[in-house]
Amino acid sequence: MVAASAHTEIQGRSLWQDARRRLFANKAAVASMIVLAGVAFVSIVMPNFWPHPFDEAYFDRISCPPPDYLGLVWLFGSQNTEVCQAALGQGHLFGTDANGRDLFIRVMMGGRVSLAIGFVATFVALVIGVLYGATAGFIGGRVDNLMMRFVDILYALPFIFFVIILVVVFGNNFLLMFVAIGAVEWLTMARIVRGQTLSLKGKEFIEAAEAAGVSTRDIIRRHILPNVIGPVIVYVTLTVPAVILVESFLSFLGLGVQEPFTSWGVLIADGKDQMESYPWMLIFPAVFMAITLFCFNFIGDGLRDALDPKDR
Amino acid sequence: MAREGWPFSRRDLASVMVRFIVRRLLGAIPTLLLIIIMAFFLMRAAPGGPFDQERKLPPEIERNILAAYDLDKPLLRQFLDVDTFVCGAFFSGSHDAAAASAQGLTFDGEKYLNKDKRHIRCLGGYLGKLLSGDLGPSYKYKDFTVAELIADGAPVSAILGISAILLASFVGMTLGTVAALRQNKATDFSVMTVAMIGITVPSFVMAPILTLILGVNLGWLPVGGWNEGAIQNMILPVIGLSLTQIAVISRLTRGSMIEVLRSNYVRTARAKGLPERLVITRHALRAALLPLVSYLGPATAGIVTGSLVIEQIFNLPGIGKYFINGALQRDYTLVMGVVILYASLVIALNLVADVLYGLLDPKVRYE
Repeated sequence: MVAASAHTEIQGRSLWQDARRRLFANKAAVASMIVLAGVAFVSIVMPNFWPHPFDEAYFDRISCPPPDYLGLVWLFGSQNTEVCQAALGQGHLFGTDANGRDLFIRVMMGGRVSLAIGFVATFVALVIGVLYGATAGFIGGRVDNLMMRFVDILYALPFIFFVIILVVVFGNNFLLMFVAIGAVEWLTMARIVRGQTLSLKGKEFIEAAEAAGVSTRDIIRRHILPNVIGPVIVYVTLTVPAVILVESFLSFLGLGVQEPFTSWGVLIADGKDQMESYPWMLIFPAVFMAITLFCFNFIGDGLRDALDPKDR
Repeated sequence: MAREGWPFSRRDLASVMVRFIVRRLLGAIPTLLLIIIMAFFLMRAAPGGPFDQERKLPPEIERNILAAYDLDKPLLRQFLDVDTFVCGAFFSGSHDAAAASAQGLTFDGEKYLNKDKRHIRCLGGYLGKLLSGDLGPSYKYKDFTVAELIADGAPVSAILGISAILLASFVGMTLGTVAALRQNKATDFSVMTVAMIGITVPSFVMAPILTLILGVNLGWLPVGGWNEGAIQNMILPVIGLSLTQIAVISRLTRGSMIEVLRSNYVRTARAKGLPERLVITRHALRAALLPLVSYLGPATAGIVTGSLVIEQIFNLPGIGKYFINGALQRDYTLVMGVVILYASLVIALNLVADVLYGLLDPKVRYE
């Protein structure tokens, strides 16, 4: 009994417990996580219950503002006008677009697409970057030199041109677009992982673990991986918004997701053309995208502070 | 010899610097070559060709068009074509007319012509022509070469980009310094919040909203067009283009300024009774702005990317329009020309940044 209690007394907090505690103490990061979870939840769940399909055009409700009870009449004008009689009481929470489609459901569907592109492309970047960086770091020497020279060369490219060319080549194929964006975003990931691996290889605590007879597999699992994974997670949270931006940029140039499917970028691009008369078509998707990017950035900053032991 | 430490004489420094620049320029060759190869073959892997969209042409005319642009050759020979006979004649200096006519060529003064009266080069294909400085004709803008189109759009894009960089550096550095001096106060938080908005809200959302308010509602500024580069036409595009960079530069400046303000020599300067204004301008600012020099390369890339959308939003006659249209219409040579131009620009500015950094920071060695 005594031995057991002594054991619990000296049990330290792990790196991850520490990080979690610090992350949850960061109000901006916690608020961002809640908001982001909310945005993701409505984007995924709402389309299943919403009375209007995302691709149905009501020709008697073209370009109608949101309902008056939202209190935005001063900004958007009243819905209760001659041309929008059919839209009254139909629950078009964000109004309708220039084709008479419900804007709320389109913003939700756009959120699904934008978030999906963000996560899938980041995952592609993660897989390529970690494999490439870890290989270069572990092997070291001439191979490392050669591999990182290649990354340097790619770094000098104005990559957006290659994304545009890739999109032109692959057409507007959803999946291939994810891969194309991910394939350009892996460079920084590879550099981070390689740098971490290299610096960890020579650290004293690795040597100590070796001296204590810990197996190579356990050294990688217990010591190298947790130390590599921290910066990688931070970079992942910052890559997702970057990818969402790239996607919206492509959509803006008319190279993104095609009708009737949509993304926040497409909605913003369409809304921009209508903003003088129908500002809600720009404002709702723009606000949703900005909030999402904000949240990712705050979470990324929070994670960096939480995982960086120097600021303790 | 310079490895032992910082070279002491001016001549040493110059020779080290020249060697560094030459090495970097040589290193840029494979980078550019890779870019050219990737862009060339990717563009041609795209379904559809430059002359597909137009109405169906009689096959013999289509064949002639493809032949005129070398598009009838195998892909590799479209990229690089070495004519051994012409190269041999070129290097040996013997222009034997009889041997030429046996090859189906005629020797005309300095050039070899084939039976279609087309000029035969030693190095042909895209790369071969590029080596002699020829970017080729545009496939879509008839009667224009790519070089002419780029020369047409370049002044607009350059004026726009340079103004945006200058504005972004000035505003960003000022904001960042102010925020650092009032660290964790209200000014700091508001500057950093604005910077966060600048980073998260893309320029193609910001620019239309600014246009809506300043151009449409208030009517102060024109909403688009170039108007021969009139100041009032440039204000909105330049602001739109520089917003993201202002945000990034102010964050960078704030970070490095905070670090410098904690350093020993700033403490010394304060301890010897220097007025705070002089401590900042004479001592802190110089060191704090140093890391920004290395942001020059990425900033250029960001401005180039941003100008693609800004030029479209404000309907400006810059290079961006040619790139987008070229990519969509399979205008291979035009896309290649713009990619090569922008890649060289980014590479060159990265080099300039490195050289500047070394000149300003004696701790850096050109190893």
